[in-house]
Amino acid sequence: MTPSSPTGPRLRASLQALFLAAAPLVLASACSKAAPPASTPPVAQADTTDPRSHLKAGLYDAGVASKGLDLVAHQNKPDVFHPNEPGGLTYANSDLAFGGHYVYQGNFSGIQIWDVADPAKPTLTSATVCFTEQGDVSVYGHLLFVSAENTGSRLDCGTEGIKDTVSKERMLGIRIFDISNPQHPRQVADVQTCRGSHTHTLVPDPKDKGVVYVYVSGLARVRSKAEMASCEMGDITDPNSALFRIEVIRVPLAHPEQAKIVSSPRIFDSLTKAPTHGLAYADTANGAGRRGGRGGRFGPQIPPNSSAADSAHIEELFGKLLAAARSDAATFKVMSDSLEKMGVPVRIPPPMPQGLGGPSQCHDITVYPDAGLAGGACSGYGLLLNIKDPLHPVRIQAVADSNFAFWHSATFSNDASKMLFTDEWGGGTQAKCRATDPLDWGADAIFTIKGDQLTRTAYYKIPDAQTVNENCVAHNGGLVPVPGRDIMVQGWYQGGISVFDFTDPAHPKEIAYFDRGPNDSTKLVIGGFWAGYYYNGYIYGSEIARGLDVFKLTPTADLTQNEIDAAALVHFDRYNPQDQPKLVWPAAFPVARAYLDQLVRDNGLPADRTTAVKTALDDAEKLSGAKRADALKTLGAQLDKDAATATDAAKVRLLAGVVNDMSKQP
Amino acid sequence: MSLSNTRPAAAILSLVAVGAALLGAASSLPAQAAAKDYTPADVTFMQGMIMHHAQAVVMSDWAATHGASANVAILCRRIALSQHDEIDLMQHWLQARHLSAPDPLDMLHPHTGPVHDTSPMHMPGMDMGSHPMLMSGMLTPDEMRQLDAAHGTEFDRLFLTGMIKHHQGALAMVAALFATPGGGQQSELFGFATDIDAGQRAEIARMQAMLKTLPTTPSQTR
Repeated sequence: MTPSSPTGPRLRASLQALFLAAAPLVLASACSKAAPPASTPPVAQADTTDPRSHLKAGLYDAGVASKGLDLVAHQNKPDVFHPNEPGGLTYANSDLAFGGHYVYQGNFSGIQIWDVADPAKPTLTSATVCFTEQGDVSVYGHLLFVSAENTGSRLDCGTEGIKDTVSKERMLGIRIFDISNPQHPRQVADVQTCRGSHTHTLVPDPKDKGVVYVYVSGLARVRSKAEMASCEMGDITDPNSALFRIEVIRVPLAHPEQAKIVSSPRIFDSLTKAPTHGLAYADTANGAGRRGGRGGRFGPQIPPNSSAADSAHIEELFGKLLAAARSDAATFKVMSDSLEKMGVPVRIPPPMPQGLGGPSQCHDITVYPDAGLAGGACSGYGLLLNIKDPLHPVRIQAVADSNFAFWHSATFSNDASKMLFTDEWGGGTQAKCRATDPLDWGADAIFTIKGDQLTRTAYYKIPDAQTVNENCVAHNGGLVPVPGRDIMVQGWYQGGISVFDFTDPAHPKEIAYFDRGPNDSTKLVIGGFWAGYYYNGYIYGSEIARGLDVFKLTPTADLTQNEIDAAALVHFDRYNPQDQPKLVWPAAFPVARAYLDQLVRDNGLPADRTTAVKTALDDAEKLSGAKRADALKTLGAQLDKDAATATDAAKVRLLAGVVNDMSKQP
Repeated sequence: MSLSNTRPAAAILSLVAVGAALLGAASSLPAQAAAKDYTPADVTFMQGMIMHHAQAVVMSDWAATHGASANVAILCRRIALSQHDEIDLMQHWLQARHLSAPDPLDMLHPHTGPVHDTSPMHMPGMDMGSHPMLMSGMLTPDEMRQLDAAHGTEFDRLFLTGMIKHHQGALAMVAALFATPGGGQQSELFGFATDIDAGQRAEIARMQAMLKTLPTTPSQTR
């Protein structure tokens, strides 16, 4: 099944020989070292005894393990997206957006609109074939926005690809559909960009209700100037370069056909050097101690019949070339040309043009308009942006992390004191949750935000080991609106759905999960949860291969029914996870009880008091009108007093606030 | 600088499920199957990149025995793990299409033991320039020997310099793929090639930053 691969020590030793021995000459003894074990073991290991680690494979009959999550509905992909042939990404489901009683589900080849008026019985309203990749979706009013990035994506939505390298048929950017009639989405505009749209983010205009902006993150290469004249691929000093920027599209809701790019914020300016996290060489033992070692360097290949003088000259030129190799492109070129003229091949890369190797693009941006902030996951960086003026986002801070392969997306805590970045190590198509994979790679990194400073406090990765046949890494998710806690639900591809608490940013903890066995027991067939999002009482999962899943949270030691009920009180008419909404809870009994449960769980208030408060709440609820108001007022006053001595004074104050607010309700 | 390009609605297949609870029944229209799943350039890219990656794995594996600094060792571990998995991915992609999936080991002479001479590898997509088996950015056997002979800081420097070049070569291969008519449009391949482009660009920046932190030791030993 699996092709032999260069993993084992013996195979790797042979490989060394291959790359060392293609020229005749000494196979120096130094070369014949045994292949080393890959490297040091990870600090923490994934749990191979977890029920998720040993599930039966199968596309529609896989084994299931879950805790605290009940699957209430599942629908396969519609036939146009080939539900029984999950073999590739061409018909992969992607991201979700929510509006009213509809769930909009992207697919690499189109869009699906599900009616979830009864979340336990989602019904397909329409499935529209339109090849785009990745097809990430956002919704606003009667408009649906879809990301198109694949170079074979066509204006006419066809699936046949594009054969020409320059083509007016190509559509890279944002497709806009009118979904006034969800049974017949209508293509109304296509906004072309130089690098297409890998993802996008809606940002409503803070003043003009008739306008939304779309931040476009594009990963693809800059397209040909012949195709789109404005597409320059200059370095960071080139103000017209299509790199080093995001695009902002302005969409007048009443006239989507007038949508156009209105600004291209250069959020990477002056960000040329990677800040190093734990990477400073001087800080390491090796940095101080080991110098020189056993020598060896790239030497010039002096032509065999060179004179002594020529040889010396070549050596000299080569020395200068090496010296210039870091940053002096001009000198490097002169030396390189001279050496080539003398018949000496130069195989050292020229210095990168200034900034060209630096971060030049974002994968994803999450805006949190209520806090005036955005989190950008951009190449090797996590960016914190000020978006108070949405047309001109300004970088506040940038962090880099050596444990991160690729910054994928961001989520803020509701109070914007924390943010979480994901690392999509391996791009999502590979198995990165195996027992051998480090628990801090392909994970979430949690940061605290203080002013303009970001401080990493912990990593979170699903704790269980997945099989080699399951693509798995941190992916899309959002907050679960439990008051008093920071809880997130997240898709981990074939690693399933994980719900975790990061209230304590240094100690994230999983509180619920749902996982199916691999699609296939013999090979990696791409699938799993692109995303898991909470929307109006339910968690919706977009399954790449299998379709749409709907879950309900169920109580466990880590989450009470009161907390679940309180979360369900947060209602949105629209939810685009990349446009993070502020969570606000009504003054209501479930919210008070959720806080109370948390005080009990964490011993934030003495047990005799929590028992008394519980009784008082129950009694008050049985009353009505002025009697209830009086009872709540009395309880509120007691709680205000409790706060003075409670271990968790802040939580008691939150509880007191809700009770006092309820006492004022008519 | 208006880049917008609007057009009227084009032919969109829209399927309407009227109150259909069961989806299977919702649609009977077959999808327009993609005319072709891959192009010759796609195959060349995947086959060539396997070799390219294999060398990166070998180079990275040396960190443990060549006194690499902790930082370089972490980087090496990541590259080795990542690119090894990507070799699997590429082999699977090719095998799923019944195409020849190069195994770097097949390039070796059938008998065991050290290889004594150049065996031209006539793989599609290889740069048939001065070094027959080297694709864009790959280190020559000379350079590999120099890297293997280095230790400590010198290894770090040669590794970073070499791997930057190696990554730049991968970017060139991606560029060549997308410059080919119809190239790189199969979904997994597009995602993979785009990931290589974005990921290795980020890694180059990281390696350049690391290179700057190395002590400047003008090495005289050969």
